[in-house]
Amino acid sequence: MNATLRDVAFARSGDKGDTANIGVIALTEAVYPYLIEQITSDTVKQYFAAVCHGRVERFELPNLFALNFLLHESLGGGGTVSLMLDAQGKTFAAGILGLEIDVPESVLEECRRVTAGEIPGRASGAAGD
Amino acid sequence: MPELVRVASGQGFWGDWQEAPKLQVRHGPIDYLMLDYLAEITMSILQKQRQKDPSAGYARDFVPLILELAPELIDGGVRVLTNAGGVNPAACREALLDGLSDVPTARPMRIATVHGDGLMDRLDDLLAAGHDLRNMETGEPLSAIRDRVYSANAYIGAEPILEALEGGADIVVTGRSTDTALTYAALAHEFGWAKDDWNKLGAGVAAGHINECGAQATGGNTLFDWRGVDLIAPGYPIIEASADGSFVVTKHPDLGGRVTWATVTEQLVYEMGDPEDYITPDCVADFSTIRLADLGNDRVRVHGVRGAPRTDQLKVSIAYHAGWKATGTLVYAWPEAIDKARRADEILRGRLAALDLEFDEIRTEIVGAGACLGRAPAAPADLPEVELRVGVRSPDRGAVERFTREIAPLILAGPPSVTGFAGGRPRVQEVMAYWPALIDREVVESELRVDVREAS
Repeated sequence: MNATLRDVAFARSGDKGDTANIGVIALTEAVYPYLIEQITSDTVKQYFAAVCHGRVERFELPNLFALNFLLHESLGGGGTVSLMLDAQGKTFAAGILGLEIDVPESVLEECRRVTAGEIPGRASGAAGD
Repeated sequence: MPELVRVASGQGFWGDWQEAPKLQVRHGPIDYLMLDYLAEITMSILQKQRQKDPSAGYARDFVPLILELAPELIDGGVRVLTNAGGVNPAACREALLDGLSDVPTARPMRIATVHGDGLMDRLDDLLAAGHDLRNMETGEPLSAIRDRVYSANAYIGAEPILEALEGGADIVVTGRSTDTALTYAALAHEFGWAKDDWNKLGAGVAAGHINECGAQATGGNTLFDWRGVDLIAPGYPIIEASADGSFVVTKHPDLGGRVTWATVTEQLVYEMGDPEDYITPDCVADFSTIRLADLGNDRVRVHGVRGAPRTDQLKVSIAYHAGWKATGTLVYAWPEAIDKARRADEILRGRLAALDLEFDEIRTEIVGAGACLGRAPAAPADLPEVELRVGVRSPDRGAVERFTREIAPLILAGPPSVTGFAGGRPRVQEVMAYWPALIDREVVESELRVDVREAS
């Protein structure tokens, strides 16, 4: 493992009842296949074992170079029932960015350049069209 | 038919930034202002308010906002679509009409209300008629908790809003309309989309999803270069839609915030379920078909969205009483802050056990050492301070009350280096649980009614 998800992706999370959703978005088109390969339902279930008591589902969004995870039974009952500080899973998006991932150096370098603002990122111009 | 229709988002939840809708109206041309005030929990809060006061039960902030903006809305030809009506759209309208009588406008404002999504008064009849309203997650029939139900509302779609707009409404006040309908109803009305034009409706749902959380689509909450966004006065999203269903997400150029492929994608995946199966009252949208093109200058084009026929049922949002809870906090300082907090928790739990109180759950979190992110760090450092946070939940209010008196004693009869107790005894809160169910569409739609009144 030569990188964390934070180097190659960003994310947003939310809630629906006791289920948390985490959308993970690749910084570049080139890194997306590595997310599909390595950030699996099992990886995510294991990583969030402390809060996730149900199954993890994964959906692919190839047009958006994104993955959507549903973490069932992960919010202490959800809504106002939950006693958790983060009862809506708002910070799970940041949390998932600590996952480790292995990507080729050239792919990682392109991600670094996107983060640094040197190149615009994957859906600019006609990309993604 | 217009070439472009601009639907501006001004409010993503009840309590959102109050300046946002004013900026949307004043910083550039728009055709519609959509204001989303409702979340699952909001409906039960509003229902409680209405029980105490029959003239309450709607998002009160909406009324002074419209009274302030009314002359500009009429002059600019901006129509407002909102679910601010909560569980009492009629009372919301009366407050508006009352206030508008003192506001000079170029012509009288027309206010439409949508009625019939509220099922509370019909609940027993519906159950008797064989509508079980089973919990979508557990399969249990509603009869199991019937006596504890606080509110029950069906999620309704664009059709009554379209009727209101055809009736010349300047302001449409609904109850539990879906958040997305508040955007796509405007597009369907202006472009005359057929109600079975599933792809256009699907595109409208995507537009509505981008609009419904306010600044979350324009750089709020973004994890992509979050330092680089000016969020002091962010522009909230504006959908510039074309008749074919494609649209551009943008914002007023002279406001802060940011619209890029990154901010739009983040909002698209927010609260997403199965992307191919985004169910709304008017269609099932397929978010996996969405295509984005970042055009630069805070403009992102969205196209290619497909939709499928609507389902035969509507979702019902039911809130019911599920006990009581309270959360107590104390702060412990270095050295060994985490250990001190953990020891205090053991003492507290020991005392609660000795009192033989009944709790559904006691949850301890150490804020600062891994209460967020869905996971704790493997080896936290010896931190300057942490907050001990203990919550309890019980069907017995008395047990929760007693818990709230067990926090303060830890200040003297507990581990050292403790502070952060100035807030006093924790507050006991009622727990409102959420019961998602389905109901046959015609049961609700046959009772929907639109009422248009003119201000004097």
